[in-house]
Amino acid sequence: MLELYKTQLRSRLLLGSARYPSPAVLGAAVRASGAEVVTVALRREASGERAGQGFWNLIRELGVRVLPNTAGCHSVKEAVTTTHMARELFATPWIKLEVIGEDDTLQPDVFGLAEAARILCAEGFEVFPYTTEDLVVAERLLECGCRLLMPWGAPIGSGRGLNNLFGLRALRAHFPEVPLIIDAGIGVPSHAAQALELGYDAVLINTAVAEARDPLQMARAFAQAVEAGRAAYLAGPIEPRDMAAPSTPVIGTAFRG
Amino acid sequence: MRILVNGAWRETRSAELAAVLEELGYGESVVTTAVNGEFVAAALRMRTPLAEGDRIEVLAPMQGG
Repeated sequence: MLELYKTQLRSRLLLGSARYPSPAVLGAAVRASGAEVVTVALRREASGERAGQGFWNLIRELGVRVLPNTAGCHSVKEAVTTTHMARELFATPWIKLEVIGEDDTLQPDVFGLAEAARILCAEGFEVFPYTTEDLVVAERLLECGCRLLMPWGAPIGSGRGLNNLFGLRALRAHFPEVPLIIDAGIGVPSHAAQALELGYDAVLINTAVAEARDPLQMARAFAQAVEAGRAAYLAGPIEPRDMAAPSTPVIGTAFRG
Repeated sequence: MRILVNGAWRETRSAELAAVLEELGYGESVVTTAVNGEFVAAALRMRTPLAEGDRIEVLAPMQGG
């Protein structure tokens, strides 16, 4: 079982709720994925409209845990205020903390992230920090009170998979006891399987499912990939080697000598 | 007085946040609010006076990654 802030989860696939062709497809994709945690956001509501209510009803009907995000926040102040607002709307201490530092890559501002994490952890929030694979930043976030880390695989929505395998391996090795979730950049199920094979505890996917030609089918495929990757990690993969090693025993080979 | 609601200037006759939300048609909506960058809990809206030029954010649940 995956344990995030003392919450036990069977599924190691967390799903985003944005960019689906319709609310119905979103609902069906969440069910098909088996995800128990779905990310949500806050946006300005036009006066007289009740767009938020419809979406919130849909999410509640799915019976999943929500993980609100601070997407779009570029400063500590914005992220902290958004977190306070999210707790009121969604009635959860969980927050996927994003402080964006650069608009082309949506790379986190790790300095702002650590500052916001320190404030929010002290206030009792359970922070899921969207970070990079940087070890020093990771250490700082843990010291600020975060109990898990969400490093990017690649820039959000890029579908490029695990860009820095060496860095991600190092992060896993450095913090063997800390739940690590790859957040962002995963494009296809093999990327997700690879993350789990490396020992990552879970993956958070959005665009790769939502914008697939068939989101339901892709949600199922990701669920299978995550299961396969986890099983492979537990089974202990072999080490790659440079030279061939015959898999068929050579002793007693015919026509030799 | 004029206040900035979700980035747009609005004229209001109301003196505090709860009344402004009602006046602007948010009465029935599931929303959360901030004034000048600070969160204002739903229970405090009736006791939150507004002044000319205040910046109000009115946010609702939305799809997110």
